[in-house]
Amino acid sequence: MLEIKNLTAGVDGKTILKGIDLRVGPGEVHAIMGPNGSGKSTLAQILVGRTEYTVTAGGVTFEGGDLLALKPEERARAGVFLAFQYPVEIPGVNSAYFLKAALNEVRKTRGLEPLDAMEFLTLVKEKMRLLDLDESFLNRPVNEGFSGGEKKRNEILQMAVLEPKLAILDETDSGLDIDALKIVAQGVNTLRRADSAQVVITHYQRLLNYIVPDFVHVLVDGRIVLSGDKRLALTLEERGYDWVTQEKAEPVANPLTATNLAYAPHPVTA
Amino acid sequence: MSASSETIDAVVQSEYQFGFVSEVPADAVPAGLNEDIIRLISGKKNEPGFMLDWRLRAYRHWQTLSPPTWPNLHYPPLDYQSIVYYSAPKSQEAGPKSLAELDPELLRTYEKLGIPLREQERLAGVAVDAVFDSVSVATTFQDKLAQMGIVFCSFSEAVQRHPDLVRKHLGTVVPYTDNYFAALNSAVFTDGSFCYIPRGVRCPMELSTYFRINAANTGQFERTLIVAEEGSGVSYLEGCTAPRRDRNQLHAAVVELLALDNAEIKYSTVQNWYPGDAQGRGGIYNFVTKRGLAKGRRSKISWTQVETGSAITWKYPGVVLQGEGSVGEFYSVALTNHYQQADTGTKMIHLGKDTRSTIVAKGISAGHGNNSYRGLVKVLPGAARARNFSQCDSLLLGRQCGAHTFPYLDVRNNTATVEHEACTTRIAEDQIFYCNQRGLSTQDAVNLIVNGYCKEVFRQLPMEFAVEAQKLLGISLEGSVG
Repeated sequence: MLEIKNLTAGVDGKTILKGIDLRVGPGEVHAIMGPNGSGKSTLAQILVGRTEYTVTAGGVTFEGGDLLALKPEERARAGVFLAFQYPVEIPGVNSAYFLKAALNEVRKTRGLEPLDAMEFLTLVKEKMRLLDLDESFLNRPVNEGFSGGEKKRNEILQMAVLEPKLAILDETDSGLDIDALKIVAQGVNTLRRADSAQVVITHYQRLLNYIVPDFVHVLVDGRIVLSGDKRLALTLEERGYDWVTQEKAEPVANPLTATNLAYAPHPVTA
Repeated sequence: MSASSETIDAVVQSEYQFGFVSEVPADAVPAGLNEDIIRLISGKKNEPGFMLDWRLRAYRHWQTLSPPTWPNLHYPPLDYQSIVYYSAPKSQEAGPKSLAELDPELLRTYEKLGIPLREQERLAGVAVDAVFDSVSVATTFQDKLAQMGIVFCSFSEAVQRHPDLVRKHLGTVVPYTDNYFAALNSAVFTDGSFCYIPRGVRCPMELSTYFRINAANTGQFERTLIVAEEGSGVSYLEGCTAPRRDRNQLHAAVVELLALDNAEIKYSTVQNWYPGDAQGRGGIYNFVTKRGLAKGRRSKISWTQVETGSAITWKYPGVVLQGEGSVGEFYSVALTNHYQQADTGTKMIHLGKDTRSTIVAKGISAGHGNNSYRGLVKVLPGAARARNFSQCDSLLLGRQCGAHTFPYLDVRNNTATVEHEACTTRIAEDQIFYCNQRGLSTQDAVNLIVNGYCKEVFRQLPMEFAVEAQKLLGISLEGSVG
């Protein structure tokens, strides 16, 4: 579904991603971990079309099409979703109205009729129950006055309503206490489908106890240096990121097929 | 400049296309202003002596004044002697024969604003056939209103049919000595609306200039007077969202509102006069004096305005809160795009006891627009327990526009409560990107955010107007993306 080939990109003349290779298939959950400054968020931003970054080499295809050639809203309508690390506030814009407008854009792309207010409310209220969100959420302006946890849950609510094909979760666990984390993870898990995929970007292993990945990739200094299955995350927790940089002096060309890995990845379904 | 802010800039570029050309037979009246021209105007309108007398006094006073220089507006000085002060009402033959003759861009704008076909014809001055006649529609409404004792007609008609009412109230809220443009208007005003609501009657429908008979192109020097007797109420709508052009560049209108005990007047304006081209050439200069006198106890006057047009806007709809317990309100959205300039705001004068005023002013600046809010809250010594709340916000779109605030608070009674809030914001690129990432185009995102920003004001408009106003704002901010 998503294929990243030799993605090299940077900002202000500084190269941050130094040749990323990654393949994500439908039904898969991939975790991307790495120390601060490794380029995790940059990768997410580039995938959704943030124009501050310049791609200097490589490319990304999504469902066979050139993803980088699309505008951000086109990527969104094609089914790419980013749960932001720091969701922005939009005062004065009613959350329900905003979400309905977004959903109807996606529906239009999929050749579906737009939902009217009543239909939309029924749909969204159902989703809100799953995320333990109070209905009053809908009347508030987008993210305005939301606590950190509420903002993250709002991101997952939007994900639940928009039903993307590829969901990228950018450090969704940051700033959450354990209870909020469980709720968010639960929400994410209920959205797993055979035809959609999730890329979970995180610092800590803890989230991955609840959102169990099929693949774990370690990003260090702009490159994926190591890939494995969920056990890799536990090893990282134990040994830290330094272990990775010491173990692996050279970057791995194609982490999913290389044979010199300490941990063999799960068999990849083509 | 990042790509996102370039996008914002591109979005607010727009072409105000108005290619409507209507050839009106040349006027026999020469340009310039003198007592003869005024006598001519009064004569053509067959006015009683007191009107001519009033006009002449106003003219003589105008001659002693000079135009104000304090506003934050920059324009070349106007030559008042090169303006034609009297033009014959447009004859039907001179207008287009059908909508097909109009600039397709104009028609597209009408479509976008959701204006029904007949209204489009009316606005364009297309001759309407006798079978479906907008004049007869207007007559039906007038008759219904007359049955309730409500007078709603053109100002000229009122001078003929209700001279006593006119004489009693004209100039009592805005005397011709008030300011330069009021003096000019008082001397040469052409027409406008007159509305009288008798005691205890609440007008059952929103009154608008659409329903006035003979609503010829009289925008140049409009004069409007609304009188609400004890316990009465009326909601009046002025203007329309459709783009309007006028060969006359200077517009100086005066609106006077009078509310007696327990009466309520709600006056809503949506203004979209030609704002000039993308380089700032041409465009209407709109100098308006609007004032309400809340004379009666517990009387209430509300001004709501959405100003998106005109090259220059100078207006301060205000309320004099004379009656005990009287209430004044001002809700405004003022947009300046391209090279438009606006110096607009309100005046709330608290005279009586226990009076209240609310001001919510939302400025939007885009392109090279320059937007200034100028507000006065004055509490005189006798205005015990006066309360005012003011909120003036500015939204800047792009990096070359300006937003300014000049609040004046003059409080001379120490039991008064005056609150003032101000907020200046930009639409952050992050916010646009968030909307993009959820599938919304940048144009839609800007519209969404701007509408959210203006919501509080739009809520005050009568519903149909509110919907039109939202569309109008969207179109005014339209760019090549649209």
